[in-house]
Amino acid sequence: MSVVLADLHVTETWYLVLGALLFTIGAIGLLVRRNPLVMFMCIELMLNAVNLTFVSFARALDDIGGQVIVFFVLVVAAAEVVAGLGIIVALMRKRPGATADDISILKG
Amino acid sequence: MQLVIFVIAAAVIVAGALGVVVSANPVHAALSLVATLFGIAVLFVAQDAHFLAAVQVIVYAGAIVVLFLFVIMLLGVDRSEDLDTEPLGGQRPAAVVAGILLVGVALVTLFLTHRDLDRVAIGARSVVGRLTDPSEDNVSKLGHALFTDYLFAFEITSVLLIIAVVAAVVLARRASRTMGAPEAASDDRAEVVE
Repeated sequence: MSVVLADLHVTETWYLVLGALLFTIGAIGLLVRRNPLVMFMCIELMLNAVNLTFVSFARALDDIGGQVIVFFVLVVAAAEVVAGLGIIVALMRKRPGATADDISILKG
Repeated sequence: MQLVIFVIAAAVIVAGALGVVVSANPVHAALSLVATLFGIAVLFVAQDAHFLAAVQVIVYAGAIVVLFLFVIMLLGVDRSEDLDTEPLGGQRPAAVVAGILLVGVALVTLFLTHRDLDRVAIGARSVVGRLTDPSEDNVSKLGHALFTDYLFAFEITSVLLIIAVVAAVVLARRASRTMGAPEAASDDRAEVVE
């Protein structure tokens, strides 16, 4: 048993499969859930899956560029959360208990 | 050892992600998100991305999830919602089918393009720098790349952050005026109805 485990190397493929799985869970959550806050968390899950994939490729290609782009994804995610939560707070104050359907009131 | 770390971190990540999707209470979803983010940070360390692992914990687990929890408490939506009823018929099976197709496409692409299990990525390396260069540690390498080759992109992110700050101030100001004055609040509602 221990010999079999010692032969198993954690290759990039494992990380990429985990990233694909995490992205899919986030996408399903985004499609299924109706609470805007939880939908936002599912978007964070998908962003993290992409970050994991970038870091895996950075190591596979032996290139620092993959890690630099993860840094930029983190900055964009922070900005997105700030603006998105602002919109959700404004929406929820107009309509307490708003779901994804109520976002249609954003239409001009 | 590496295998054990990967399996534990992957289990935490997947369990946390499922927790985000299935928990009825938004607070539980946010706490499950913390578990997923910590698992990702562990895998970052396992892949020699030490700076990103630290930033992941500080920015995501420390700032973004706390912001989520603030908003949940501020809005008072920390009640469990009814997940048993399906408001839109067939939405959940359709979402699961779409998810299976998505992961299927990703895995088929992955296994069609890789040549052997140890080397998935094929292609040219960028000129920015090597990850395994022994002369510098991870943080200095990332800093050099950011402030030389990616300097323009780095400056652009500051514009993005300013836009985000302005957006937050604008959105919050309108909301606080509505909250502060009951008269104004009713006026706003009337406008919406019109």
